Amino acid sequence: MMGFGGSGSKKEKSGELIIEDITETAEDLLPEAQTEPAEEGTASEPEGRIIIDMHHIVKRYFIGQPNELEVLHGIDLQVREGEFVAIVGQSGSGKSTLMNMIGALDRPTEGQYTLDGVDMFRAKDRDLSAIRCLKIGFVFQTYNLVARTSALKNVELPMLYAKMSPRRRAKRAKELLAVVEMEDRMKHMPDELSGGQKQRVAIARAMANDPALILADEPTGALDSATGRLIMDIFHRLNKEQGKTIVLITHSPELAEETGRILTLKDGMIVGSRKGAGHP
Amino acid sequence: MMLFFENISLAISSLRANKVRALLTMLGIIIGIGAVIAIVTVGNSLTLSISDSMSSVGANNITVGLRQRENEEETTDSGAVFRDYRNQKQPKEEDYFTDEMIEAFRETYPDEIADISISESLGSGKVTKGEDYANVSVVGVNDGFFTANDLTMLKGNILSGKAMEEGRDVALVSDYFVDNLYNGDPGKAMGETVEITIGKKYYTYTIVGVYEYQAMSFSMTSKKDTVTDVYTPVKSVQRKTHNTSGYSSFTVVIKTAGEAQAFIPKINHFFDRYYRKNRNFELSTFTLESMVSEFTGIMGTVSTAISIIAGISLLVGGIGVMNIMLVSISERTREIGTRKALGATNASIRTQFIVEAIVICLIGGMIGIVVGVGGGIIGAKALGFAAAPSLSSILISLIFSMVIGVFFGFYPANKAAKMNPIDALRYE
Ligand SMILES: Nc1ncnc2c1ncn2[C@@H]1O[C@H](COP(=O)(O)OP(=O)(O)O)[C@@H](O)[C@H]1O
Ligand SMILES: [Mg+2]
Repeated sequence: MMGFGGSGSKKEKSGELIIEDITETAEDLLPEAQTEPAEEGTASEPEGRIIIDMHHIVKRYFIGQPNELEVLHGIDLQVREGEFVAIVGQSGSGKSTLMNMIGALDRPTEGQYTLDGVDMFRAKDRDLSAIRCLKIGFVFQTYNLVARTSALKNVELPMLYAKMSPRRRAKRAKELLAVVEMEDRMKHMPDELSGGQKQRVAIARAMANDPALILADEPTGALDSATGRLIMDIFHRLNKEQGKTIVLITHSPELAEETGRILTLKDGMIVGSRKGAGHP
Repeated sequence: MMLFFENISLAISSLRANKVRALLTMLGIIIGIGAVIAIVTVGNSLTLSISDSMSSVGANNITVGLRQRENEEETTDSGAVFRDYRNQKQPKEEDYFTDEMIEAFRETYPDEIADISISESLGSGKVTKGEDYANVSVVGVNDGFFTANDLTMLKGNILSGKAMEEGRDVALVSDYFVDNLYNGDPGKAMGETVEITIGKKYYTYTIVGVYEYQAMSFSMTSKKDTVTDVYTPVKSVQRKTHNTSGYSSFTVVIKTAGEAQAFIPKINHFFDRYYRKNRNFELSTFTLESMVSEFTGIMGTVSTAISIIAGISLLVGGIGVMNIMLVSISERTREIGTRKALGATNASIRTQFIVEAIVICLIGGMIGIVVGVGGGIIGAKALGFAAAPSLSSILISLIFSMVIGVFFGFYPANKAAKMNPIDALRYE
């Protein structure tokens, strides 16, 4: 699968993280990409290939028979490889709903969505699991580390589901924890870690299968500003040094301003899109 | 398959987090499996003891004894004395079988009866010789005893002739006895005079033979402490007990194999003339066949009852496991959502929780097996049998616990597997 091979050169450049290719079996889990990854040769162009390609996405919730709640009203969104996009907007504007849609946790009611070449409308449940496993790394506001499971084992989880061998996943989990400077805490249980530490472990976990896309829903929302700063720096590093595509939901205007592009959501519609300070 | 070990350690860590809850959940399984294993252990022990006695008693023997009449009268001969209904009477000398009765019986059925064996116990005691000792049970026997019981003589001969007729104080001892007191040399034991202490009394015998002791197949006592029989002429025992009028039981050895059961009516008919007027006692006969069938009947009833109890408690236990799995899954909704977000498929979530249910049931089953084997051993010993736990029932119990885990774990696990990841992640 080209999705992973394409970003291989960048990983080596970082020097910090030597990532082995995901095992053959893991790649077999993924459905065939629909579009030819012809963008390979165009990697030198300022804008990479399109990873998220959404057209007129609508999401409705059915709450009781007569009521129909339309949360997203026709979203059009394209995100290219290597971009760092911030989504801002009032609470209840549909940011999380959009994010879950992007992350294959939920299916849109209407519209077209292609993620890294895979048509999400045709994907079966199993395909969605494989996409979440291999192409996406989630970071949540509430960390969502699995309880009674050490930091190391938490980071290993996505690799476990990708059927990586125990030896390889332990090795890689340690390397990833080192990237977020948590290697000395790898034996700790989640309840022995502070909020910022948990979020660093969660970021390491999101990186486990070297996903094309990192989705972070208010990752600093539960943290003080200094710790939030630290987490934000890690995202910047992942974006710059490893070329990770990141979509970030945040309530902090300053943090949003640092990214490459800021999208404003209002009542289920994208009402604004502008370049941020981080734009290349 | 790779997830298998991960799932087991996951299941164990989640059980550890709720130890008391896990134990309470397992209780039904523990009781169910424990009851089954205990009864099977006791039954197995009994069956083995019976087959042991089967080989020693012989299939052609009918033991004739006395049993208290059930329709007791409320007065005795002496007058209006009310008898305690629970009071068990022992046969007195006037109730015993006399030599005359037995002789007449033998003469009535010369074609059927091969021999009549008599054995009267003097009691159990000890022989000490310096530091060494041997536990013995002194039994007075007649000539017929050696027809009914096939003794292998290692030295000397069975008791017969003058010694029997006169009731001399001569004895046959076992090879265990010789091992304990004469360094295993039967030649040294022959002709020796031994003093046997029974209670506060001492009896002196001259050893005239050594026989080979038939050990029980599952005996728990050491060779040194095993009680073996010392055979002496029955007349010698009668003299010592001052009872010369008769015997409380005797054994008929019949000539034709397999006819034991058919001969019983004739025995009853013959002795009816002596015991018809006896108010307290009537004849009781039993053969190995009747003993086995009676035992099988009792065991059948008991195991049916226990099986029903065990089945109900396993059902209740299984429902308990299902219930606790549902609770555990709803507590861990966010965890399930997270796992799905990280790439877990429905199948891997389902496997995780089924394995957890299996682990609960297996641990419960193992505790049940330990409890059951312990209870069974205690039960078998209380009944006076050597305990013999059954390996096959232990294996079947383990498999059965797993089946319960799969069966009652499937519904909750499937519920977890089908959770929508978003709903699971939003769950408060
Ligand atoms: N499962 C659901 N059923 C009904 N309404 C929902 C559900 N999930 C979200 N919503 C509604 O969708 C809207 C957008 O929610 P959300 O995407 O979480 O907003 P944000 O993340 O921007 O705060 C809210 O009004 C919320 O009530
Ligand atoms: Mg939200």
